Amino acid sequence: MSESAQAIVQRCQALYEDLHFEAVKAWKAAAPGRKAIGYMPVYVPCEIIHAAGMLPVGILGGGDQLEVIQGDAYYQSYICRIPRSTLEMGLTGRLDCLDGMLFPSICDVIRNLSGMWQVMFKDKYVKYVDVPQNYRDDVGGEFYIHEMRTLCDDLGALGGKPVTDEALRASIAVYNDNRRAVRELYAYRMAKPWQAPTSEVYLLLRAGMVLPPEEHTVLVRNYIAATDAVERPRRDNARVVLTGSFCEQPPLNLIRSIEMAGCYVVDDDYILALRWLLDDLPTVGNPLEELSKAFLHRSASTSSKYDEKREDKGRFLVESVRRSGAEGVIFAAPSFCDPALLERPMLQAVLAREKIPHTAFKYAENTGQMAPIREQAGTFADSIKLWSAA
Amino acid sequence: MNTPIIQTAPPQPAKKPAAPVQKEDAMWLQKEMINRNYHELSVAHDQGRKICATFVPGNLNELVMCFDMARSLPETNALQNGMRKKSGKFIMDAERDGHSEDVCTYVKSDLGMMLNGNIGPTGEPLPSPDLLLLSYTGCFTFMKWFELIRQKYGCETTMLHVPYQGDGRISKNMRDYVVGQLKKTVIPALERVSGVKFDIDRLRQYMKESVKAEEDLVHVLQSAKNRPSPIDGYFGAVYYIGPIFTAFRGTPEATQYYAVLRGEIDERLRQGKGPITPDGELKEEKYRLVVEGPPNWTSFREFWKMFYDEGAVVVASTYSKVGGVYDFGFRHDPDHPLESLADYCLGCYTNLNFSQRIDMICRYMDEYQADGLLINSIKSCNSFSAGQLLILREVEKRTGRPAAFIESDLVDPRYFSAANIKNRLESYFQMIKQKRTAAAVH
Repeated sequence: MSESAQAIVQRCQALYEDLHFEAVKAWKAAAPGRKAIGYMPVYVPCEIIHAAGMLPVGILGGGDQLEVIQGDAYYQSYICRIPRSTLEMGLTGRLDCLDGMLFPSICDVIRNLSGMWQVMFKDKYVKYVDVPQNYRDDVGGEFYIHEMRTLCDDLGALGGKPVTDEALRASIAVYNDNRRAVRELYAYRMAKPWQAPTSEVYLLLRAGMVLPPEEHTVLVRNYIAATDAVERPRRDNARVVLTGSFCEQPPLNLIRSIEMAGCYVVDDDYILALRWLLDDLPTVGNPLEELSKAFLHRSASTSSKYDEKREDKGRFLVESVRRSGAEGVIFAAPSFCDPALLERPMLQAVLAREKIPHTAFKYAENTGQMAPIREQAGTFADSIKLWSAA
Repeated sequence: MNTPIIQTAPPQPAKKPAAPVQKEDAMWLQKEMINRNYHELSVAHDQGRKICATFVPGNLNELVMCFDMARSLPETNALQNGMRKKSGKFIMDAERDGHSEDVCTYVKSDLGMMLNGNIGPTGEPLPSPDLLLLSYTGCFTFMKWFELIRQKYGCETTMLHVPYQGDGRISKNMRDYVVGQLKKTVIPALERVSGVKFDIDRLRQYMKESVKAEEDLVHVLQSAKNRPSPIDGYFGAVYYIGPIFTAFRGTPEATQYYAVLRGEIDERLRQGKGPITPDGELKEEKYRLVVEGPPNWTSFREFWKMFYDEGAVVVASTYSKVGGVYDFGFRHDPDHPLESLADYCLGCYTNLNFSQRIDMICRYMDEYQADGLLINSIKSCNSFSAGQLLILREVEKRTGRPAAFIESDLVDPRYFSAANIKNRLESYFQMIKQKRTAAAVH
């Protein structure tokens, strides 16, 4: 008998709430010599970790369940929260199950955290993953391929066996399937948001941070089938795209509050690592070249990524609104998030030009007071409905 | 070399006003140079010159000069507006225009200046740039900054992505990447916008000038190893680094400026004098500090006074390396001009990883015989600030000397709490004194 959607979501929630990463420990314990590598938002080529026979583990901070004591001692009040809670997890031994950590080039705070990690956790493999902001194959592409080759060599040395092209191609196939499943989930929610609430979709994505991709793919497809089997009530909610939450995550209650306030989130930028590459990669040829081409030419847009041309700004967001049939955009960014908050006025200007309604608020991963957010989102949803009626 | 370097008359020291502020002749000279650059910018379009806007860390001044372009540096504009007490209004205007209170105040000061008609710090209009050269070294905010102003100016933008020294070294791949961008992206953009063809020999010639200025700057900064130090390596050094970090590196004026400066400092050293402060020469050097982080610009003199009133001299600072780390041997190399530009960009202070930053500070503590480390943590600048509390702990652990932490901002006067900072500094000096006394007893 297949699992119910509720049972799947409950399992995902348990994984989400487990800040001791028992699932990762269990995976490692299942076979001798297994290793796990953590990575922070937004994107790293997980295929390389997978091809090294290791488990990629997405680290997204401690959320609202973790009391941050030691982590706060390393940061001033004007720094966002994700590095504090991540450090807290490291200093309290919660990340001991990880054999290494990757810090992608997303902002100055995460960049500097990579160096802090090197100083504070000397026995771990630590790598700053610099991705190119030059999108020419013969310039940024060459640089990126070389960086990925270094990562392959490092992980090969750590794991005791080289990362082969054959293994990389096999991992690309696994991740192609995973990305396909996640795209199916997003398409399903876009079509029937009442059947796949974002609070559930989000938990499914979070499960992908700790489960092997093969298992996660099955879980996602099982959820789609299970939730489609049981009709849920459809409400007259406003369809919105949510943007700005690509790094530090909102508390689950915040996502629920937006929905309870009368919004169907039909697209978002949560957990972009699972959706960064926009289509299937070839499973033949040079795998690092294919990963590079996909990154340079067929990847998502977010504010930590340079837009080469003025007219490119906001295009990805507007396309998301059009594709998903959204009626408005909610900017939900973490406090003190430089990339999201510097980007926001540019995106707002584009939306204004396109006559797309929008609203904005800030949060922290441990935000506890949901009433103001619920009121703001509710007012926004009401105004959309009123405009639509007019 | 096919194209001659544009020579201008050497700058003369500005006339000293009757105001009680005291400065070295070289400080007046650099003020004159900076002001003249603003004037050149204001008339550039009238004279048929194109304008290139770019940033301080990793600036490609010698390269841009090869295309006869005037150079505008938005950080310098923000800094100068901060010192002239104009930035507070600009920042609030930018916030009213929709920019978050959480983000960099250099950016908001620049945007606010644009909202107020783009009148530069000296009162002359700043024309729109023809090219935004986004040499993005050590700070992600730069990228967003130029994306933001590109929306307003609508001009061409070219990116030089400088990879971070995550592993604490410059790899061949990193250098090749920067050189590849220079050859295939940046230089073609400069040629296209300026209409001037690139001449590598002209670049070499400018670099030869750069080397002379770099040698003299290092000599001046390292004079602080002496007791008493003839310079303040933070408050004074921001004047010294002005020309070489901005539109003058590679020019004969910069060479002359640094020669004058070196002469002045050597003379102070010979006479056993301390640094010149706005209130005159510091007579007694009581505390020697290393400072990490940029200064506050809106209350610069008040901030400095808190130090010299207590006899505290900053003997070395990391901020004075933000536009180039020269004191560990790097020099622009005319024989390998593009590779040298790459190494320069890759080596700027905020592009160093944490271990390198900690090593550098510990080395300064040792070589400059500092009593302690002071961190001025800047709200606007995550590139500097994120993780500074770890730097503080590590430096204390490794050197056994006390460190202190204060907070302010670059150009937002709302974040400069004079009483709070003064209290902390006084307590810190007291602590150093007590440690010294205890050490003498034992």
